[in-house]
Amino acid sequence: MYALYDFINFHFIPGLVLGSIYALGAIGVTLTFGILRFANFAHGESMTLGAYFAWSIITLTGWHPMAALPIAMVLTAIVSIGIDRGFYKPFRAAPTIMLVIASFGMMLMVRSAIQFSWGVQLKSLQSGIQQPLILFDAIRISPKHLIIFGAAVLLMVIVHLILSRTKMGKAMRAMSDSPELAKLTGIDTEQVIRNTWIIGGALAGAAGILLAYDTHVETMMGFQVLLPTFAAAILGGIGKPYGAMIGGLIIGLAEELATYPWIGDTPLVSPGYKAGVAFVIMIGILLWRPSGIMRGRTF
Amino acid sequence: MTRVLELDAVSGGYGDTEILHGINLHVDAGEVVVVIGPNGAGKSTAMKAVFGLLNLTAGEVRLDGQNITNTPPSDVVKQGVCYVPQTNNIFANLTVEENLEMGAFVRNDDYRPQLEKIYQMFPPLREKRNQAAGDLSGGQRQMVAMGKALMLEPKILLLDEPTAGLSPKYRGEIFATVRQINAAGVPILMVEQNAKQALGIADRGYVLVDGSNSVQGTGQELLSDPKVGELFLGGGRA
Repeated sequence: MYALYDFINFHFIPGLVLGSIYALGAIGVTLTFGILRFANFAHGESMTLGAYFAWSIITLTGWHPMAALPIAMVLTAIVSIGIDRGFYKPFRAAPTIMLVIASFGMMLMVRSAIQFSWGVQLKSLQSGIQQPLILFDAIRISPKHLIIFGAAVLLMVIVHLILSRTKMGKAMRAMSDSPELAKLTGIDTEQVIRNTWIIGGALAGAAGILLAYDTHVETMMGFQVLLPTFAAAILGGIGKPYGAMIGGLIIGLAEELATYPWIGDTPLVSPGYKAGVAFVIMIGILLWRPSGIMRGRTF
Repeated sequence: MTRVLELDAVSGGYGDTEILHGINLHVDAGEVVVVIGPNGAGKSTAMKAVFGLLNLTAGEVRLDGQNITNTPPSDVVKQGVCYVPQTNNIFANLTVEENLEMGAFVRNDDYRPQLEKIYQMFPPLREKRNQAAGDLSGGQRQMVAMGKALMLEPKILLLDEPTAGLSPKYRGEIFATVRQINAAGVPILMVEQNAKQALGIADRGYVLVDGSNSVQGTGQELLSDPKVGELFLGGGRA
């Protein structure tokens, strides 16, 4: 028999942690989708890149991963903006499908560049095993998980403040609503696009670092979470950053909770098939409510 | 009278298709000018020509005497022309107040006094300022769209069929609002389907047919012109 504590310790908490990482990634996906109108397949590689930047900073300085996080985020944002300048900008007026394919190419190029620069072997951001914190004699939380969840929530609050309080954030939401009207209104759409890459890139970098902090650094890590990240963005509603946050948490929780033995003594879904859960949710949403939770854009 | 906006023998269209064949029209300071005509006459296209949304092949568009032909929309806005498209003219997911703030995007000074003026002009907007603009009624959405355009204190306001799809009750409200905006000193160029009502509030009107000027005159002249009545006002006589 599984006790409630086991449910919390081995399914609920890891689900929240994973979900908050997906949420950070999904915000970038949904912003790019809403504002630039294409599904950015290279988004997963921005996550990977963030993790490798953090690894290099930590290796050079010996800092805590959370101290390396802001710098790695900035570096990832700079690379994102550089890619937009040199690669996506000429496609601005091109049909969406060209951008999607271009981003697919970019994904392969960035991944190869990472493999070329850092090698393909596993690395980790922090070595050693940490003692979990024990609450009420039964709930065990690893300090790492607390830090990851806390950092993710803090970043989401910052994104919320930017989107709801600043002129640029409002302009981003406006352009996500209607790029045509944004232009007629005199909104500097190129500036909005730059800021979208900065925020999306920085958050993707953060998601990658947090994921690497929880697991390890690996060249395929971003690609492996790309599907659940897309699922989270679609579930929340394309173009809806708050939807992406909720969608991320739901997908993360769903993946972890699916492995709980809800019926009988064996896991409902074998942990090996965990990744399939996001896929099932994504297909379900696309079939029955393509606009997602927050009534986002449909195609 | 100062000429605010002038289209001088403007021809152009989308791609290779020419829709406007040498249109002439102008708006003087303080005027409400209405453009009417059958479907496909190029009314909305003429408006888009002002706003740099069209490829002009001949003629000139002048704002305050300055040539703004083929200036991109983002620059036309900065020069003080605000355009309210027929549909998709508000940011539905932004609140009413955020919509108005976006209207002031190109301003670098303090826009709050103007925001206050707009709330005074449209009291329902103040009441609903924190609601998503997309949740408002059709008439109130038009208020948001016009209010958003007025945030720039434009030299001229271009309205593309502001009453399209609205019930007769709201139509009256919108025309009253147009008058009110004009009374505050903003010249207005408006394209309208509801020709009779629109001419009723207009200082002058133009009839466009097949991308060319047909008849022009004061609102009253056009209303009493038998040819115009036969062509456009017959079905709409209330």
